[in-house]
Order: sequence, then structure tokens, then C-alpha cells
Amino acid sequence: MLDMRLYMLQRITALIMAPLTLGHIAVMIYAIQDGLTAAEILGRTQGSLAWFLFYGLFVVAVSIHAAIGLRVILHETLGVKGAALRLFTWGVGLVLLAMGGRAVWAVTVL
Amino acid sequence: MFCHGDWSTGLSLEREELEVAIWRGDATGGGFEAFRVPAQDSQTVLDVVAWVQQNEDPTLSYRFACRVGMCGSCAMMVNGVPRWTCRTHVKKVLKDKKVTVAPLRNLPVIKDLATDMDPFFDKWIKAAGVHHPSKTRDDPIEPVDPSSATRLEADTGIECINCSVCYAACDTVTGNAEYLGPAALQRAWTLYNDAKDAGQQTILDAVAGNGGCHNCHSQGSCTLHCPNELNPMKAIAGLKRATAASFFKKRK
Repeated sequence: MLDMRLYMLQRITALIMAPLTLGHIAVMIYAIQDGLTAAEILGRTQGSLAWFLFYGLFVVAVSIHAAIGLRVILHETLGVKGAALRLFTWGVGLVLLAMGGRAVWAVTVL
Repeated sequence: MFCHGDWSTGLSLEREELEVAIWRGDATGGGFEAFRVPAQDSQTVLDVVAWVQQNEDPTLSYRFACRVGMCGSCAMMVNGVPRWTCRTHVKKVLKDKKVTVAPLRNLPVIKDLATDMDPFFDKWIKAAGVHHPSKTRDDPIEPVDPSSATRLEADTGIECINCSVCYAACDTVTGNAEYLGPAALQRAWTLYNDAKDAGQQTILDAVAGNGGCHNCHSQGSCTLHCPNELNPMKAIAGLKRATAASFFKKRK
């Protein structure tokens, strides 16, 4: 159910997410110190390649990591397997990627 | 009727009785049947089961052999916990003056307390838990350095008696039928570290598949319940490290 490839993908994405999560929390705390408005924050993030890469990478890592994690829970809890399990894994991953990607696009590109 | 006795002093308990619930049935289903068993000094759970079979119901099925904790035949669920019954004193497991005995979890029941161990041993083979010869009989014997790091690691797992207590304790086995389980994976790790075994890559390939070591959630029930106080969880962590190292090496 969880082979070497999925295991490594989940561990590597966890390694990627850990520093990005800390960075995200640090930025949030920093951003609210001087009472920045949403418009001011967007003014700094939109058009920024660095923030696009930062949150873009985070969204990709989350999509892969969460899809594999939920796959394990679904299989061990409800016994789902085979094509249905693959469909679920890809579905969760793509939905998270689409939702996260849309947010990253809005905050860093538009 | 169970009477309070002074367990700690080992006084005669001949007049006291234990309330024992034993699971009866087969693969199609079953339930607990109550028995009253005379309490005795130094009485094991296996003694209790044997007494019922010899005095109350000769059709009661269970499995045992050595009675000294070597053969791994007599493991059962005692009060819902997997234990080697020949080395488990009843007085240590009594709860509210009662004890329940049931067949091992995670294995199909044949009858009463006897489970079908085939899936357990099939997974040992699937995990490459068999010797992979490195020499022929004509070659000199491979010297083994007892102080080497790999030998010390292998030594930590060699006392496994194949009792399946860890397998019955594992929630991952319950949720994932393909999972090889702690005993098979510990065996694989032991052989991986054995200087006389030539199947290192075979072992890594065998434990890196669908039901392999990466499914372990490190809950530690195997290590908690192992009657020989082995640490299958640590062995599985070793396999995870070795397979991960192999994974990166292959890609270089």
C-alpha cells in the first residue's frame, strides 16, 4: 500500500515543508507587528518571484504529502484499495494543488 | 466463586476458583464460554487452559509444545493482550478476579484458541526472512566478529521465538492485510546484518514493496508486548534507513 516511492515522496515533502512552515509563521508574525493591511501585504508579494517560489513550492509539497497521508488513513480505516485508492490519492493531490495554486497565483502573480 | 487469597505469600490456594472466559468457535464465529478453574500456586494461563481441556471439555482446542517459553506455540490473547501463556502467571493478569483467553488477533481462527499461523510465516518468506547462502559447503566458514557493529545489531533480534505476539499486537497489521508485520521485518533486519547472509539487496527489495517496512507507523505495540523484550520497532527503523540509503545510492 505504501511502497518505497510513496514513502520517500512523503518524507522528502515533509523535509521541504518544515522550514517553509517556520518561514510562513515568522512572516505572519512580522507582518502584523506594524499593522500591515491586506493591500500593503499584496503590494509586497504580487510580482515577487521569491514569494511565488516560496509558496508555490509549499503548495506542491503539501499536495503530495497530504494526498499520501490521507491515502494511508483511508486504506487502513476503510479498507479502500486498488484503483479506487489511486483515484482518491490523485484526486486529493490535484484538488489541493488547484486550490493552493490558485491562492499562490492570486497573491504573488496577479 | 473466587475468594480473595494472599497471592504474594504463595499460600495454598486450593479452595479458590478462577472465573475464566475462553473463546470457543471457528472461522465462522463464536463467543466466550465461562469456566471455573481451581486456583493453584505458580499457575500459568496455559495451566488454566490445559485444566479446562483435561477436566471440563476435552474438545477445547489450543496449541502448545515446550511450556518453557522457547517454542512460540502457545501465544493467545489474555484479557485482550497478546501474551505467551506458558510464561504468564494468572495472578499477574487477573482483572476483577476474572481472566479472558482468546485466539491471537490478526490471524484466522482454526478452532477455539488455535489460529492459522500460515499468513504469519508466509510473510517471513515474503520479507526474504530466509538464509541466503554466501558460500558452498566446501568453502571455509565465514568468520564472524562478535564485536562488530553489524553483529551486535543482528544479535538484538536473534532471540525471536516466532510466537506472533508482536503480529497480534500490531494495529498496522489489523488495518493493512498486506503489511509484513514486525516479526518478519525484524527477521529480515537480522539477516541483513548477518555476515553469513549474502542477500542484503534481496532483503531490501523484499521489504521495500507494497506491504513493506515503510507502512510501519512506529506505534511500538510490537516492542511493548514482545515476551522476549526484543525491539522490532527499532529493527524496522533500521530497514527504513537502509532502504532509504539504498534508494539514493541507486539514483547516483
